[in-house]
Amino acid sequence: MIAVLARRAGGLIITLLAVSFLIFTVMDVLPGDPAEIMLGTSASPDTLAALRREMGLDLPFLVRYLHWLGGALTGDLGTSYTYGVPVAGLIGERLQVTVPLAILALAISIGLAIPLGVLAASRKSSVADFLVGLFSHFSIAVPGFWVGLILIIVFATTLGIMPAGGFPGWAAGFWPAFKALILPAVALGLPQAGVLTRVTRTAVLDVLGEDFVRTARAKGLTPRAALWLHAVPNALIPVVTILGLQFTFLIAGAVLVENVFNLPGLGRLAYQALAQRDIIVMQDVVLFFCAFVILMNFAVDIAYLFIDPRLRREGGV
Amino acid sequence: MTSAMISTSRAWVRNAVLGLALAVSGAGVAEAAKTSLVLGMAVEPAGLDPTVAAPVAIGQVTWQNIFEGLVTIDRDGKIQPQLARSWDISADGLTYTFKLQTGVKFHDGEAFDAAVAKAAIERARGADSVNPQKRYFATIASVEAPDAETLVLKLSKPTGSLLYWLGWPSSSIVGTRSAADNKTTPVGTGPFKFKSWAKGDKVELVRNPDYWNKDKAAKLETATFRFIADPQAQAAALKSGDVDSFPEFGAPELIADLEKDAKLSVVIGNTELKVVAGMNNARKPFDDQRVRQALMMAVDRAAVVEGAWSGFGTPIGSHYTPNDPGYVDLTGVHAYDVDKAKALLKEAGYPNGFTFTIKAPQMQYAQRSSQILQALFAEIGVTMNIETTEFPAKWVSDVFKGGDYDMTIVAHAEPMDIDIYARDPYYFHYKNPAFNDVLAKVQATSDAAEQAKLYGEAQTILANDVPALYLFVMPKLGVWNAKVKGLWANEPIPSNVLNEVQWED
Repeated sequence: MIAVLARRAGGLIITLLAVSFLIFTVMDVLPGDPAEIMLGTSASPDTLAALRREMGLDLPFLVRYLHWLGGALTGDLGTSYTYGVPVAGLIGERLQVTVPLAILALAISIGLAIPLGVLAASRKSSVADFLVGLFSHFSIAVPGFWVGLILIIVFATTLGIMPAGGFPGWAAGFWPAFKALILPAVALGLPQAGVLTRVTRTAVLDVLGEDFVRTARAKGLTPRAALWLHAVPNALIPVVTILGLQFTFLIAGAVLVENVFNLPGLGRLAYQALAQRDIIVMQDVVLFFCAFVILMNFAVDIAYLFIDPRLRREGGV
Repeated sequence: MTSAMISTSRAWVRNAVLGLALAVSGAGVAEAAKTSLVLGMAVEPAGLDPTVAAPVAIGQVTWQNIFEGLVTIDRDGKIQPQLARSWDISADGLTYTFKLQTGVKFHDGEAFDAAVAKAAIERARGADSVNPQKRYFATIASVEAPDAETLVLKLSKPTGSLLYWLGWPSSSIVGTRSAADNKTTPVGTGPFKFKSWAKGDKVELVRNPDYWNKDKAAKLETATFRFIADPQAQAAALKSGDVDSFPEFGAPELIADLEKDAKLSVVIGNTELKVVAGMNNARKPFDDQRVRQALMMAVDRAAVVEGAWSGFGTPIGSHYTPNDPGYVDLTGVHAYDVDKAKALLKEAGYPNGFTFTIKAPQMQYAQRSSQILQALFAEIGVTMNIETTEFPAKWVSDVFKGGDYDMTIVAHAEPMDIDIYARDPYYFHYKNPAFNDVLAKVQATSDAAEQAKLYGEAQTILANDVPALYLFVMPKLGVWNAKVKGLWANEPIPSNVLNEVQWED
């Protein structure tokens, strides 16, 4: 098991390095000069040159890349062109919004999907199965930002029981901050719940047809016990795979939902940085997203090892 | 039980909305006592120092609130004294002698005097300056501070617009001690002090109790700028009361709905944003004046304003807005006339029209205007393809810098920038010595009436020559709580001046 882990970790580092180089190159060839955007259309050439010097944009490509990489490895992600503050701090602040938002959305997604999926599978072709199918079709079909707008109209504008957007910050107390995340989390989690419900239903149905479930029933377990003790645990592998993918989707999908709800999260930071060509922030945020996806996949692989003892042997998976 | 639960949760919302102000003074305070304002803006500023970066959002938060200049520009676009209480211009127009205010202190305690003013101007015009409007200081030959109350600018040639330029956000007087950190923690001499900036969310200002100009002291205790990009979210924030005012609301199509809300005032004014379809005057067929005139006559400006911006916006016939001194309505010079346009196009050698591409930025006004223009040009047999480009990044490198385009469309934001047609190089590639002469005369005089007359001539030249298609001035869609008084209706310079703003009982 240690050898499996070590091999995975080595691959992880190489992937991250390759990704960092790719990100830096792509951002570098992107049209648009940050100095021109900062100084507008009236700036004279000498002013632009002065700003490029100040930003370090006049240095050669490789020097800038190594400088950035070296900084990133030591935790110095550079200084934002637009905000004038360290990017590490900016990302840290934004994560305080985006991570709780994604976790809450994931909780909503799991909380709806697992019971509904299991219910639909255990009562295949019943009215309940049909209704669950309807729910998952609907929630997959509607985009998150649209759900967000409807939620705002109903709960904020009409009923006035929820804030229309914005984030008071955790310093304002747990409840006001948490409350600001509820509607966005529903908007973000609902489409994911639809997908997860379908996956759970299919996975449980597959397992229910297996011999070991029949054996469990034959040795005298109730249908309920056979379902929860034998079928559901064995159906978890595809569910966890989708969950891992989903969490990365949630972080990325937050871009739209954060804009609709005006939440100062990581997604909005990336969006703004792109529009203003705050290249250093873009590089850092994209690197962060990529590192996150890579680590998430790593974590999912590890989770398999725990869920399925067969994979713990050398040469498994 | 249920109703008790609902009222409890409503109370929570109210607390969240009113925030600390309410918590400090206790629940149930009468509205008359309200001294805080939450103001919404679509774009978050890139730093808070207007002297080192161009985005207008910087000035819209800081100018006249945190930072002040030697002179200022009032809500009618007129120059008024500020840190300079008076000035004297020599007969040859080459020496400006300013008498400065005394007893002025920056928010960090630094005293303002002629030496500080000199340092601020030297910083803006120096070799390492990254001032976005450094060109405005180009004719200053030397800056002298003979005593603490006197500042003397010696010019290399007369510069009639200098006083006006000194009123701009980019000409703000910054402190010697604080200048380097103004981007993140701005320190000025204004009626409000910077308190905090939650990046991506809001900037908070508090009243400056030691403000030097007692007559113009702020009436509000706190002002919060919140940044909400999405127009639907802007409308929701206004309706729910999360935001008290949106001086530049983003979506004209939602205005009718907001007007129905009795709590809100909708005040439509003018900005300085001139929506202009620039043409590449160096490229065929746009190098032919007749072709440009024909295209102008093919444009029904009223239809453009209606289609692009729900009918809000003032049609213009030149690169000038009704806010500006010496404005002349020239929309009649090449009024909408399909037959004349066709005839002119035939005369220019294009009886069957021609095909070209407009590079239109992603912004809604640009996309919608382009679609209307496409339909209007089709009427005279001209085919226009629309290619979307990303503003500002790609537009600046392809169109503005690269000059690789036939036609483009963009709102020129800088006030009084008619001189861009005299700049070389500039993306229009327009070269007209007669026009350049008129603008040189504007700078040669410091007489406001004479300048206004000359600006009229300059506008007329452009209206006749049509280096760009002049469409409309972007309206200022002001939406705010009906009890909020004192915000500007028009915007002769991009700003949110808050010292006169207050809540009415």
